[in-house]
Amino acid sequence: MSDKGMNLTLRIWRQKDSNSKGQMVDYKVTEISEHMSFLEMMDVLNEQLIAQGEEPVAFDHDCREGICGMCSMYINGEAHGPDRGVTTCQLHMRMFNDGDTITIEPFRAAAFPVIKDLVVDRTSFDRIQHAGGYISVNTSGNTQDANALPISKHAADEAMDAATCIGCGACVATCKNSSAMLFVGAKVSQYALLPQGQVEAADRVKNMVAQMDLEGFGNCTNTGACEIECPKGISLENIARMNRELMKASVS
Amino acid sequence: MGGFFKSSIGRKVAMALSAFFLMVFLLQHFAINLLSVFNPDVFNEVSHFMGTNPMVQFALQPVLIFGVVFHFIMGFVLEIKNKKAQGVAYVKNNGAANSSWMSRNMIWSGAAILAFIVLHFIDFWIPEINTKYIQGDWSGTLEGVEGFRYYEELTHKFVSPIRVGAYVLAFIFLALHLLHGFTSAFQSVGATAGRKKTLQSIGKAYSIIIPLGFIFIALYHHFNH
Repeated sequence: MSDKGMNLTLRIWRQKDSNSKGQMVDYKVTEISEHMSFLEMMDVLNEQLIAQGEEPVAFDHDCREGICGMCSMYINGEAHGPDRGVTTCQLHMRMFNDGDTITIEPFRAAAFPVIKDLVVDRTSFDRIQHAGGYISVNTSGNTQDANALPISKHAADEAMDAATCIGCGACVATCKNSSAMLFVGAKVSQYALLPQGQVEAADRVKNMVAQMDLEGFGNCTNTGACEIECPKGISLENIARMNRELMKASVS
Repeated sequence: MGGFFKSSIGRKVAMALSAFFLMVFLLQHFAINLLSVFNPDVFNEVSHFMGTNPMVQFALQPVLIFGVVFHFIMGFVLEIKNKKAQGVAYVKNNGAANSSWMSRNMIWSGAAILAFIVLHFIDFWIPEINTKYIQGDWSGTLEGVEGFRYYEELTHKFVSPIRVGAYVLAFIFLALHLLHGFTSAFQSVGATAGRKKTLQSIGKAYSIIIPLGFIFIALYHHFNH
């Protein structure tokens, strides 16, 4: 397979720290293999910057296999770039062409403040999880056998689909309202669909939605952008389910 | 329940409920207007009924006004809140890659419809209120006209090509607003499970047929006065 060996211009958001004012800065990278992941391309840039004695571009990354949810980046106007169903580490340089200018920005939302360059603070998601994204079960050694509770295949599949959310924040970044409803909808749904989640169901949805509002996320207007940009294909139906769960919890 | 409507989801449910009410109203308004094309006498009779029936005037009309005002104010409040939630704007944002133009511009189609409603109130509602409640004329008739006046007023308003143009434009914005709003309202109340495709089809039909029907009525009277 031939390798394109691309020369690219990268227009990247540089911001020293959370208190500084940031700006877009242009960089050139050469001989970029089309087989590289986007993060490997960023590594090439950073090696280059370090060799020149410049400050490398800070960006989040961890597993580099699409499951940890750390890598973020808003690439050419889309969360995790132009490909579908991928995180930035799974985005390949073959999606771009020689001579392209690629715009790279941090995930934007008032509830996701920039820490440095492309790194944003997503601990607001953690606080929403703490508010109710769990079940209280006995784990002291006499835990009940999971199969003692029969669960329909349909419910199990839907719960598992919701549980694939990796909490990356692409839904918030891509939403014109910076709404976190796809994330919270998925976290509420994965338990709402299972008998184990019923005990705390009402409190869970109330507390998680309250925390989401407190963190300053916006209001969902059903544009559906989140569903398209979600690397795990979390369905909008999870938001509808969360809405139903909250209505149910509020009237009972 | 009080806390519910203060939450982000409660607000969106309230927005959807007012939308359902307005969509039912629109259907009713369209059905009556359409009568003016087929039978002026029946249109006059029905208009007189709507204009003088105490149930319509003192129960439905205030609810309608509340519904319209609520939907607009809430729309603007949510827009301001959402702008605040956004923080710093993107240098490059490719919204078209993942969402429809209609869904991203509800505030603008909504603002255009609001402007139209102001014109519509000046055209029809204020003169009607003035005749009935200030001058105390509940007869529904006009000097020199046989029978009721409603049909005559309607056709008279559609003589001006500028007004007809404004009406046509407003209904195009209404169609754009509904193309997103119809299904969106069902999604907000959590009623889309398993019937999303059906709702999308009904939504598309409703959003195109109703505004197009209103446009037809306006053009019909403009060219047949």
